[in-house]
Amino acid sequence: MSKALLYDATMCIGCKQCEVACAQQNKLPYSDEIAAESVQSEHKYTVVLTKQEKFMRRLCMHCEHPACASVCPVGAFHKTAEGPVVYDVWKCIGCRYCMVACAFAQPKYEWQSLNPRVRKCIMCPDRVKAGQQTACAEICPTGATKFGERDDLVKEAQTRIQQNPSNYVPHIYGLTEVGGTNVLLLSSVPFETFGYPKSEKLGETPLPEYTGRVMSKIPDFIPLWSLVLGGVYWITHRREDVAAAEAGEKKFEHKDGAR
Amino acid sequence: MNFKPTLWRLVFLVIICLGIYSAYVRYAHGLGAVSNMSDQFPWGIWIGFDVLCGVMLAAGGFIVTGAVHLLNIERLHSVVRPTVLTAFLGYCLVIVGLFFDLGRPWFIWHQIFYRNPHSVMFEVGFCVMFYTTVLFFEFLPNVLERFHLHKPLRWVKGVMAGLVVAGILLSTLHQSSLGALYLIMPSKLHPFWYTPALPFFFFGSAVAVGLAMTIFESSLSSRAFGRQLELPVLIELGGVLLVVLWVNALLRVEDFFHRDQLANIVKPSYEAYFLWLELALAFVIPITLLSFKKIRRSPNGLYLASVICLLGFVTNRLNVSVTGFETWVGHHYVPKWTEFMITLAIIATGFALFGLAVKYLPIFPEVQAGNEVEKPVEVIASNVIPAPVLVENAGD
Repeated sequence: MSKALLYDATMCIGCKQCEVACAQQNKLPYSDEIAAESVQSEHKYTVVLTKQEKFMRRLCMHCEHPACASVCPVGAFHKTAEGPVVYDVWKCIGCRYCMVACAFAQPKYEWQSLNPRVRKCIMCPDRVKAGQQTACAEICPTGATKFGERDDLVKEAQTRIQQNPSNYVPHIYGLTEVGGTNVLLLSSVPFETFGYPKSEKLGETPLPEYTGRVMSKIPDFIPLWSLVLGGVYWITHRREDVAAAEAGEKKFEHKDGAR
Repeated sequence: MNFKPTLWRLVFLVIICLGIYSAYVRYAHGLGAVSNMSDQFPWGIWIGFDVLCGVMLAAGGFIVTGAVHLLNIERLHSVVRPTVLTAFLGYCLVIVGLFFDLGRPWFIWHQIFYRNPHSVMFEVGFCVMFYTTVLFFEFLPNVLERFHLHKPLRWVKGVMAGLVVAGILLSTLHQSSLGALYLIMPSKLHPFWYTPALPFFFFGSAVAVGLAMTIFESSLSSRAFGRQLELPVLIELGGVLLVVLWVNALLRVEDFFHRDQLANIVKPSYEAYFLWLELALAFVIPITLLSFKKIRRSPNGLYLASVICLLGFVTNRLNVSVTGFETWVGHHYVPKWTEFMITLAIIATGFALFGLAVKYLPIFPEVQAGNEVEKPVEVIASNVIPAPVLVENAGD
């Protein structure tokens, strides 16, 4: 079963320890200035946003069916069995289709670099594989970010909403959005407040399916269309061939007759 | 060779110099310094124009070779060579453009080694790679004839039918797939442009643009090189273009109706203005112009209609790739001047190479035969020079 993160915004105190731990884990710079930045960037995989004394984390959602992995022409992204969506910098050619395709606008780019990489939260794949929690979950002092089996976390989120319905928007963000994600969110205010796309706009269809519907027809299309084109060529040139053959035959007959 | 400094040559030189400076900025300081692309707008005009429009504008190659070699319409023969040349140059320049846009262009060969068959981009990349090769061979007879290499010329002509079929197959696939690139963004692309029919519309517009581009470049080159205009051929192409535009337009309307957008597209909004511009330029004006027999049969009328039509479909592609994302992103993307310069320099290079090819290769046999051929840059210059007397071609 795949691992996931459950972030409960009602438990978050906005201490930004997760930002610090993330920067350490991924060897990113961190300073007071960076702490004050309220946008994700190539040096900030996760951010704790504050609005009207409410907090909300943003990070890669680690989709069950990631658009980034589906669109990458060189397969630089892939979904691991454990849940994280990881990036292989060596393969990347820098087309940035992943950034355009991601419904959550998570992949960020090293625009100033001469050998730029795509940067995003990769859910500490080495730690997860070794059976550890992600750095952000481990450091979280209140348990607002919790690491565990996705199924268990879904159940826990449901229980929390049931036990404290007044505390929550009655929705687990990431449960079904774009076919489900490995980051689940709970909040007391609508998720759009913090820039998350509206659930109804995202839909429940895994994004790769939209292209899959077209791409899956290509293997049938190629031989069929070649056959049609070849057929057209044959028909349009048939008349010439027939005329040429007839002329040839006549010549031949004529020669025969002369002999 | 006496080099006269005309206004257009000066413009050409300035564009190339600024283009070289921009290329220096791109490679010395990175994409962030040379462009206004950002994490919110990862694709700018280098994808929206250089790639999406570049490939579309080069579509004449497969349309005309298909009509002549596949449908056996011999009377179109005179436009095959210039159209194939345009297509070949177009695809080469699209690839050149990618070397500016890709973040790590030196790894472009990874495309061949690390394939992801689920990716539309992978499919487009492979088709463009193969089709450029096909176009190279379709273009090769010009060079072989020039140097009187008759044996290899026979070989290439022997496989021409196969090349043409392969070219149409590859073009059908990647012209439509450029639209399919955007299918994965239903929540991001504005509903005016996001439709499951995107691949069909991209293919349909490529057919229209292929025809319009053939008329455009034929008119332009007849003015530039003072050669006879193959007017009967262009009139015929104009007629086909009219039909193709009608089909495109009706399908667009049907799609708006089908997705309940008809009420929205008539309401004024930021996106609606761009949509109106696109629909007016791509459909309303050219269809109106071409519907008048008098305009359709005049060289200038045909030229005007095809240019407006080209502008319309360029607007369409820019709407899909830029305008359609602005609401989702929440702010506008305006290309930096260096971004424009690289695009302009690529276009200018295309014009110059076309002129050079016409000068040294049998693209227009009658021009090459005559010894007085204008210099390459003159192609651009002739843009503004009023058309010389256009002689109706008896048709060959």
